[in-house]
Amino acid sequence: MSETEFLLWVRGPAFQVATIIFLLGVVVRILEILVLGRKPDLAEARGSAVAGGLRAIISRSFAERATLQRTAFTEVTGWIFHIGIFVILLLFAPHILLFEEVFGVSWPALPTTVIDATTIVTIIALLAVLIHRIANPVMRFLSRFQDYLVWLVTILPLVTGYMAFHRIGLTPTMLIAVHILSVELLMVTFPFTKLMHAFTLFMSRYYDGAIAGYKGVNS
Amino acid sequence: MSKDETLGEALRRQGVTRRGFLKFCAATASMMALPPSMVPAIAAALEKARRPSVIWLSFQECTGCIESLTRSHSPTVEGLIFDAISLDYQHALQAAAGSAAEAARETAMEENYGKYILIVDGSIPLANPGYSTIAGISNLAMLEETAKGAAAVVSMGSCAAFGGIPKAKPNPTGAVSVGDIIKDKPIINVPGCPPIPVVITGVLAHFLIFGTIPELDALGRPMAYYGQSIHDRCYRRPFYDKGKFANTFDDEGAKKGWCLYKLGCKGPTTYNACATTKWNDGTSFPIEAGHPCLGCSEPDFWDGGGFYKAISTPTEDIPKAAIYAVGAGAAAGLALGALNRAKRDKAVAEHVKTTIDDLEKGD
Ligand code: SF4
Ligand code: SF4
Repeated sequence: MSETEFLLWVRGPAFQVATIIFLLGVVVRILEILVLGRKPDLAEARGSAVAGGLRAIISRSFAERATLQRTAFTEVTGWIFHIGIFVILLLFAPHILLFEEVFGVSWPALPTTVIDATTIVTIIALLAVLIHRIANPVMRFLSRFQDYLVWLVTILPLVTGYMAFHRIGLTPTMLIAVHILSVELLMVTFPFTKLMHAFTLFMSRYYDGAIAGYKGVNS
Repeated sequence: MSKDETLGEALRRQGVTRRGFLKFCAATASMMALPPSMVPAIAAALEKARRPSVIWLSFQECTGCIESLTRSHSPTVEGLIFDAISLDYQHALQAAAGSAAEAARETAMEENYGKYILIVDGSIPLANPGYSTIAGISNLAMLEETAKGAAAVVSMGSCAAFGGIPKAKPNPTGAVSVGDIIKDKPIINVPGCPPIPVVITGVLAHFLIFGTIPELDALGRPMAYYGQSIHDRCYRRPFYDKGKFANTFDDEGAKKGWCLYKLGCKGPTTYNACATTKWNDGTSFPIEAGHPCLGCSEPDFWDGGGFYKAISTPTEDIPKAAIYAVGAGAAAGLALGALNRAKRDKAVAEHVKTTIDDLEKGD
């Protein structure tokens, strides 16, 4: 297989398969949870479950002062790499082009220099997160193989993307192919790992908030 | 032209001034990324160089490469340098034909055995030798025979260098590149469809000056000309970096000269000298004329997923795949959910207790 053929395979069949596994897996896992349902709450409502649920989705994004003081490092690095990933994913021109191709909608891009800087900051934040995970005895004790796997598939697209943009190491054709392949790896592992939190976090927050809201408790 | 004439003598005889000659030497030096202080040395070397014998074989090709070379806006010094080599065999340009032509090739090979430069344009068909023959000799046999006595082989154009258009899918003739066949000679790949004229003269000049082949990249291309990507030297690059793209060939962006990435530009994956040396005597190059780069100096450029499709976009129908995936996922999810429900209801009915082990799911 020549480099061009490899890139074509990555952009074609491989991307198609990755998309199918990603979507199929995500939909299955969400429905599995939702279909299970809850017992009806027979008590009289003291407040709005929906309002409580929605409130929790927002409020749980921000740590309380005490928590923040205790886990400032996790909070800050977490916010940085999450925002970084979204900025890079959604505001780099060639990425927008992909979304336009698939969804038919487009939006303005950020200058490549900004994306470049964001990538470096995000990679550093992710490295810091890993070091913290290994250095902190409690974190290390709690960590499973999957936690390292998830970290790896998250940082790979960033590193390969950076290399592709600056053309480091391989031919540009190979670099783009490897970058897209790393994203496909992320898509394929996504539904079967903790990466699912990107969807389930909203469900669980809503669940918690709705219970409290129904009882008229401020969660 | 006598065979023993030096290059300097040949050029003077053809009316090239000292000034014109030095200008060419300076241009050659800068093209080869050599410091200006090298110019006198280059001039001296070129002055004394003997005209090397060149045998040019044309296989499965369209003659575009030789057209490109001969259209190098004569009378440029590059053109004269070309005149000043001893082109002993070239179909399109030589007067002799048939057995006389073949005799010329054989004589040149004998007289200059081990010293001549072999230039090849076009790919070689392996599926059936009958697809392309010259004087009844198959391309493969002629290449192998002629390469034996060559000091170096220059694969001129993308067909000779990488197989080019004849090798494009489904490759009916089983076309391969020169490098696929010749393994024991230094090969200089000068790809492009066609290559830029000044690049081939530059490669020949290097050979004349240093008696060696120039520094090559991983694909066998001279670094001096193929060392930088089109994208890195493209004057539209600031627009790419700002995220300003032409969406069609006649929209506002196209008129303002914005980046052609969305229109399928292969500049980011293409190494060639177009953006610096330009075409037509330095007039412009394709991107300057408003057309995206096709990536013609890269292997398999013809099968790169469409000339007008951006390199980062998928080549299969993703929305359709997505709809099927979501549909199948919904069906499977509902079925699995129902199964889980039944399991739960059964567990409740049988008063099954949850233990700490149930919560520890391992990895
Ligand atoms: S026109 Fe092509 S080569 Fe020029 S900046 Fe845009 S993508 Fe790069
Ligand atoms: S701009 Fe690109 S496609 Fe056009 S001649 Fe140059 S390398 Fe080939």
